[in-house]
Amino acid sequence: MIAKQDIIDKKRLTPKNSEFFKAKIKNNNNHRDSKICSSIEESIKRSGLKDGMTISFHHAFRGGDRVLNKVMDVVAKMGIKNLTLASSSLASVHDPLIEHIKNGVVTQIYTSGLRSKLGEAISRGLMEKPVQIHSHGGRVHLVKSGELVIDVAFIGVPVIDKFGNATGHKGRSKCGSLGYAMTDARYAKYVVAISESMEDYPSFPASITQDQVDSIVLVDEVGDSSQIGEGATRMTSNPKELLLARRAAKVIVNSGLFKNGYSLQTGTGGASLATTIFLSEKMEEENITASFGLGGITGTMVYMLKRGQIKRLLDVQSFDEFAAKSLGENPNHIEISANQYANPSSKGAAIKQLDVVVLSALEIDVDFNVNVLTGSKGLLRGASGGHCDTAAEAKLSIIVAPLTRGRIPTIVNRVNTIITPGNTVDVVITDQGVAVNPKNSELKQRLRKAGVTVVEIDDLYKKAIRICGKPKPIKYSDEVVATIRYRDGSILDVVKALA
Amino acid sequence: MNKIDKSAYAGTLESSDAFIEIKPIDQDEIRIELHSSVEEMYGDDIRDLITKCVQELGISYISIKVQDKGALDYVIKARLQAAILRANQKDKIEWEKL
Repeated sequence: MIAKQDIIDKKRLTPKNSEFFKAKIKNNNNHRDSKICSSIEESIKRSGLKDGMTISFHHAFRGGDRVLNKVMDVVAKMGIKNLTLASSSLASVHDPLIEHIKNGVVTQIYTSGLRSKLGEAISRGLMEKPVQIHSHGGRVHLVKSGELVIDVAFIGVPVIDKFGNATGHKGRSKCGSLGYAMTDARYAKYVVAISESMEDYPSFPASITQDQVDSIVLVDEVGDSSQIGEGATRMTSNPKELLLARRAAKVIVNSGLFKNGYSLQTGTGGASLATTIFLSEKMEEENITASFGLGGITGTMVYMLKRGQIKRLLDVQSFDEFAAKSLGENPNHIEISANQYANPSSKGAAIKQLDVVVLSALEIDVDFNVNVLTGSKGLLRGASGGHCDTAAEAKLSIIVAPLTRGRIPTIVNRVNTIITPGNTVDVVITDQGVAVNPKNSELKQRLRKAGVTVVEIDDLYKKAIRICGKPKPIKYSDEVVATIRYRDGSILDVVKALA
Repeated sequence: MNKIDKSAYAGTLESSDAFIEIKPIDQDEIRIELHSSVEEMYGDDIRDLITKCVQELGISYISIKVQDKGALDYVIKARLQAAILRANQKDKIEWEKL
């Protein structure tokens, strides 16, 4: 131990000479607003962004995002090239990225999802380096394990104060949880917060905090509220989806897990939302409450929280305005980061406490592998999301999908792309019967006893082919356009360019 | 081979349906123009189905335009037969032949 006297004796540590002391000399108060930049360009200059670096974005504004394109246009104008773009996901609104890729501004992409024209262009070989497709949990793992080093994070937030405290559940463009952005705020070397409205300091509680934010830019709008939750809360009237939902609820009720204190995650989409509603009815009947609801949170989950049917909601992403609003109002509606949600190497990911998850699928094969990324024509048009994370950790993972969509079979011999490995899938529910993974013989018995139509997945496949005919295989070239990274970073599959 | 008497159509542009337009032509052929939402997967199958269906009815000198929205085989066949029946102004339909 160093004696106090020794420290004082050392000249460089005497109060008068310390850097801290010098800094304390008051010049003026301007530095209190010093994080605020006059433009996106200024914030980029301050960040020191250079050719070859990695920039990140989050996707809480989904289809209503107004941040990524705006920033990319400025970056391109400044002549910065060869960037790695790491957005937690990409939506159809991000099609303008095609030009930035053609012009060499972006040369590598990490994302959970790809859709629309961008997905199609990449499927046809737009990029030299394959896109790295990760899950929501897997992204945090890539960041924490050092593969994905974010140089500059651009974080869109609806409301902020002058020192960088920001939330997602207030303001005109409220997006709810900033769960994905929290990872970037914590791990990026430089953080630019982009907002459209400023509150008085200190604005708390905050999801992104002052000690994480380097600069702040105010823009006209960060999101389009009409598109942030678009499509997510639609309650289906499609009889096939209602049948699937009723069947899913029946499977859950008879799974042996449907007890007081169980936990639940459901996604968006017609059948999944309807499942939640049928389950809510059943829970009321049998006087069962759930301990928590997890994941992307919808208005239906909020409704159950309000009625006391679910005690807490752990929200990494709010799928609609009801969820976004509730997050700010209800103390039992809790915002969690992607690391707390699903990172396999996190000290505590909530999915490890999850009982039941209901997921959707574009394709399921006879080995129970699931594809949620590439469509029937082999184009990139979906997202990995939390699919493989939750399937791997929940006690019961349920995939709900119609046997066929129009003439396109959902149950196939081999999925185009594996996102979720079959050994993590427990049950597949279709309108033509329920297939249980052979590893769950007990569950199979249980469901049979309860009167659920249990069939073999091979029979579902045969039935689908009988209805639709055997589709001609997609013609691919040898060029890899996307690499599917599993939760732990390992390569699970690749997507090839269309021939 | 029989000709059809006039142009006719059947079906709709709804999802899972097909809109089929047929008209008589001067050449002895079954001319097919197919636009299908499932072209890559089932285009060849659909063309085979249409050819077979028209041949079964003993018809040639026909141009067939199909706008398919992912209809199943039996839907396409029914729409095609309906169009052909409409194009042939017969009083009596020979159902057994269908």
